[in-house]
Amino acid sequence: MSAVFEKKTVIGKRITKPDAPDKATGRTVYINDMVLPRMLFGKILHTDRVHAKIISIDTSAAKALPGVHVVLTGDDIPVLKFGTTRDNVPLKAGKVRCIRDEVAAVAAESDEIAAEAIRLIKVEYEDLPPVFSPTEALKEGAPVVQEDHPDNRSLEYNFSHGDVAAAEANSDIVVEHEFEVPYVTHCCMGPGCVIADFNSSGKLTIYTQTQYPYNYKMDLAPAVGIHPGDIRVIQPPVGGAFGSKLDVYPFEPICALLSKAVGRPVKLTFTREEEFINSPTRQPAEFKIRSGVNKDGTLTFRSVDCLMNNGAYTSWGPTTPVIQMRTFTGHFRVPVVEYHGLAAYTNSVYAGSFRGYGNVQATFVTASVMDMLAEEVGMDPIAFRLKNAQKPGEVTPQGSILDDCKLKECIEIAAEKTDFLNKYETYAGNRKKPGRIKRGIGIASSIHNAGGAKIHKSDGCGTILKLDDYARATLITGASEIGQGIDAVLSQIVSEELGIPISDVTLVCDDSALGPWDVGVHASRTTFVTGNSALMAAKTARKQVLDAAARHLDMVSADMDLREGHVVHADSGESVIKLDKLLRRMHFADEPELVMVSEYYEPNSELEDKNHVGNLSATWAHGAYVAEVEVDTETGEVKVSKITAVQDVGRIINRLGIEGQMEGGISVSLGYALSEELQIKDGKVLNPNFRDYKVPTAPETPEIELHFVEHDCKASPLGSKGIAELPAIIPAPAIANAVYNAIGIRFSAPPLTPEKVARALHGASDQ
Amino acid sequence: MEIEIKFTLNGRPVQTKVPPTMTTLSMLREKFDLTGGKLACGEGECGACTVRIDDRTINSCLMFAVDCDGREIQTIEGLGSVAGLEIMQQAFVDHGAIQCGYCMPGMIMQARYVVDQNPDKDRAMTRDDIARGLEGNVCRCSGYTKVVDAVAAVVLEEASA
Repeated sequence: MSAVFEKKTVIGKRITKPDAPDKATGRTVYINDMVLPRMLFGKILHTDRVHAKIISIDTSAAKALPGVHVVLTGDDIPVLKFGTTRDNVPLKAGKVRCIRDEVAAVAAESDEIAAEAIRLIKVEYEDLPPVFSPTEALKEGAPVVQEDHPDNRSLEYNFSHGDVAAAEANSDIVVEHEFEVPYVTHCCMGPGCVIADFNSSGKLTIYTQTQYPYNYKMDLAPAVGIHPGDIRVIQPPVGGAFGSKLDVYPFEPICALLSKAVGRPVKLTFTREEEFINSPTRQPAEFKIRSGVNKDGTLTFRSVDCLMNNGAYTSWGPTTPVIQMRTFTGHFRVPVVEYHGLAAYTNSVYAGSFRGYGNVQATFVTASVMDMLAEEVGMDPIAFRLKNAQKPGEVTPQGSILDDCKLKECIEIAAEKTDFLNKYETYAGNRKKPGRIKRGIGIASSIHNAGGAKIHKSDGCGTILKLDDYARATLITGASEIGQGIDAVLSQIVSEELGIPISDVTLVCDDSALGPWDVGVHASRTTFVTGNSALMAAKTARKQVLDAAARHLDMVSADMDLREGHVVHADSGESVIKLDKLLRRMHFADEPELVMVSEYYEPNSELEDKNHVGNLSATWAHGAYVAEVEVDTETGEVKVSKITAVQDVGRIINRLGIEGQMEGGISVSLGYALSEELQIKDGKVLNPNFRDYKVPTAPETPEIELHFVEHDCKASPLGSKGIAELPAIIPAPAIANAVYNAIGIRFSAPPLTPEKVARALHGASDQ
Repeated sequence: MEIEIKFTLNGRPVQTKVPPTMTTLSMLREKFDLTGGKLACGEGECGACTVRIDDRTINSCLMFAVDCDGREIQTIEGLGSVAGLEIMQQAFVDHGAIQCGYCMPGMIMQARYVVDQNPDKDRAMTRDDIARGLEGNVCRCSGYTKVVDAVAAVVLEEASA
């Protein structure tokens, strides 16, 4: 009798990352470790002014330095406008607008020579009056940052649903609150790095940390002055990205222009200081929010005004209202809503996207306001939220379809698992009692796109799958792997459908010349979009294999299954033929066939219309997180002792991976809540190092308890939702709400540093 | 000017010439192709360049290469063998501690050291002890929970061995 194989599944199991052994042994060659033959080293001269005319640049001494191959300034290259609104150029000519501005670049035989050459370049400036705050920038007569925008107005967003004035008149209680959220930065452990290599046919191969290889070609091309089709994007392993590599930044086209000038590969690497000063930040913003509520606890309206510091150029930061608005208008049932967002050009640094994309800011505001409104109407934070939580099937004013809404479950589980209400009452009662350490508990929740986000005409992903004569699979996918673990997830999906070990799947996802289109790793979309694309390809390959088995073995394909490298009888599990043997039989038959399939998956989502209405994501996920804190009322130090996270996930593919995404996201949000702020004064970055910019470390890490609301998400063939941003979004306001519970002080501007908390507690002025 | 130095690197005697301003990290990366240790901050604030030197760990970005003369240095490449991962490396893999992995060579070297050096031999290390020992190593992906899980598992396994 043949071997028998029972039906097993790898979906939902704890699968280790395929690339982890090489990363643990130091074998992995990151882009920062790469050396190409004949490679030169690039370096950029960044300005030391915030707003100034460039009178002259003297590069003669730099050019004369032995080992220097080329020195470029803005005058040496054509005007190459690029960026989200085409307001940036690689090397600035005529004028600098912020401390990040690139005025010259060098390619030399070593990093040291390039750095020395940069020191030898002399720039003469004539300072111009600067403007730093968006409020000042919008005033009549303010200094003009971008000549094409004499009023300093950059991007603007308006959404309105219902009659706010009428709703306000009919509300029992109307309150207005203000919030301000700071500049924070990604702190990728691998500093910015790019290697550009122009060949003799004028084609560019670029080794980059980008998170969006296919649109990257379109965005990089105008900055280099070539056709997007002449760019090949290679994505070596990177040291983190978190949204910071979701746009083209000037150092990349500059490196390409250096390579073009010298005809050799050029590598350009940021120092940590450059990484802090010259990388994008998260978008800072000032919010005014008016909210209405009736005495029974029903929300009546929300009106939000968001003012953003655009900085000197426009990257993705000022576009974050697209996602932010969804939370303001759609998190909890708010019948009447309006949102206005405006970004103003200033002589400050500029923001890109950062894990959470605008929703970090929106959730800090809404989750704080929900607690304040609950107090206004005399309800507890749980009952107030449950009263206003949507039910499955509801549609938000912007058209987000909440067909499998798990918001209530998330809140209920979070409250129950943490004994929330008992602790909340007890801690509030302890505020006035003696004792240096005050405990507090707080809850926050949010909604985020969990089925991609259709911000381009396509939000799809292509997959090519082949099986060789040894039943080994190669999956060529548009997906990008930046550490988040799509390598494990896609390998599991192929393994599950084809009945082969995970280790027999090879993933190719690092070369735009091979991979089919994808929109990149962002928007919590990779498991959802690239996973469903891989699933389609695997199912097609499976069908081809089973049909061939039926033909070759005179059986019925529906009666067979693929398990552990065998074609088996589905009922008994008894082996019919080994899969590799069948594949060879197919290959060497009279009418030969190979298994090599391709599929394209486009999620069922909509582009917004001009009024910002449409179901932007194929599905939406909620989460409710509880923070428990201890506040030292003498020092102002806040210690987060525990985070309990309840997350709607649909179907879990890799349990180990999703836990890692949750824990890592929570850590990023912990920093946002308590310690991280890129301090910018008069346009200059004051703390460009890890000593003064405090990211969380192991001792500050709280106990983390994870609860997943698992179900089969109908909008996803895989059943899964994408959730990697929500853990980076929700904890910060939960912590702020817990601090309020502990000491009765509401903070409207993170981070809640010991200094800020102590000043608030002790009423101290400037010390 | 270059200075000749001799030391033990991952168990083997080596000699090389280095400029007096070269850091140990640059020497390991450029002279010996040991690129596991990373330059992530260059000022001893992040731990990504951590290597073992004699009985301590150091930020190799801060130590001059000439000071390696006569010493014994172990890098991540010298932990474990071609045949298999060292128990700490395997624990980091098994517990899902590694995402982008850029900080991990330094983190694992520090974790190995922390467990080896447990100051109180009469008592098993706690999670707090482990976290305290790793506070000089920054990771932006993992959130540290699975890192501490991995190290705690090694503590347990080695205690029962």
